[in-house]
Amino acid sequence: MKEIALHLLDIVQNSVKAGASHVDIGFRLDDQGVLTMTVEDDGCGMSPEFVARVRSPFVTTRTTRKVGLGIPLLMQNAMQSGGNVEIESEVGKGTVISATFHTASIDCLPLGDLASTMATIIMGSPDRPEFSIICSSPAGEMSFSTEEIRPALEGVSLAEPEVVQWIQQSLQEEIEPILGGIMR
Amino acid sequence: MKSLAELEAIRKATLSKINVRTEEKGDTTRVVIGMATCGIAAGARPVMLAFMNEIQTRQLNHVTVSQTGCVGMCRLEPMVDVYLPGKEKVTYVHVKPEMVPRIVAEHIVNGRPVDEFTIGAAENA
Repeated sequence: MKEIALHLLDIVQNSVKAGASHVDIGFRLDDQGVLTMTVEDDGCGMSPEFVARVRSPFVTTRTTRKVGLGIPLLMQNAMQSGGNVEIESEVGKGTVISATFHTASIDCLPLGDLASTMATIIMGSPDRPEFSIICSSPAGEMSFSTEEIRPALEGVSLAEPEVVQWIQQSLQEEIEPILGGIMR
Repeated sequence: MKSLAELEAIRKATLSKINVRTEEKGDTTRVVIGMATCGIAAGARPVMLAFMNEIQTRQLNHVTVSQTGCVGMCRLEPMVDVYLPGKEKVTYVHVKPEMVPRIVAEHIVNGRPVDEFTIGAAENA
């Protein structure tokens, strides 16, 4: 992956497949330059045994192939910047995955186009789950959720091209002042 | 930006579009983009947004764009399947955003697949 935002697009699909009804995404940049990406869902969760094995590239729930690279690739990129990945999960409750990136490291990926990722995520699952995102840094904070725009769109899918474009452009404008420094 | 009033306007415009679409039911063209780990890493996200933009710019109300998982040919990603009504599926491979306007114009609008971008051309090269 060339961007942290692409890892988000990938990891969120695990939450969607887990049947989540809410997925809360967070990007928090602290004053030490450490970026924490969290994805919290209320999907089916994983057993402790499965959590213990889930970091392996040879563990996956899909039945068509025996490899699953989403989490291993995220770990590789977090760890090469000096960060880490933590996974907490409980069956029937959901999963929290958080990845830290030391953005001052030369080996840290850029954050990338988070607004396009969010637009793509929402377009891919327009009805369910509800997605929310919070971005914060010493420069400020922004938040957005699909629940807050749904009433204004009654009868119209979030996957309509005009809506997707609106989401992408609005988020871009709001995220840039907060996390623009680590985007590229 | 990000005003709900703007969304209301989008909603109104889109609702009338949806009505047209329902009348033309059965003529829907589907564009399906591989969006698993392999597709994402190979650059599927900008390809998908390029399709959305092109379809919106040309006001192609009968075209839907959706995402799918990995079909097992990761080395050919980003992959895009185009289903024209009544025609066989056409699979494009190694798709880049710059290729999207041609696929939309020649295949989706005019019904002639862009042979050089298809999986057949890639496999025979």
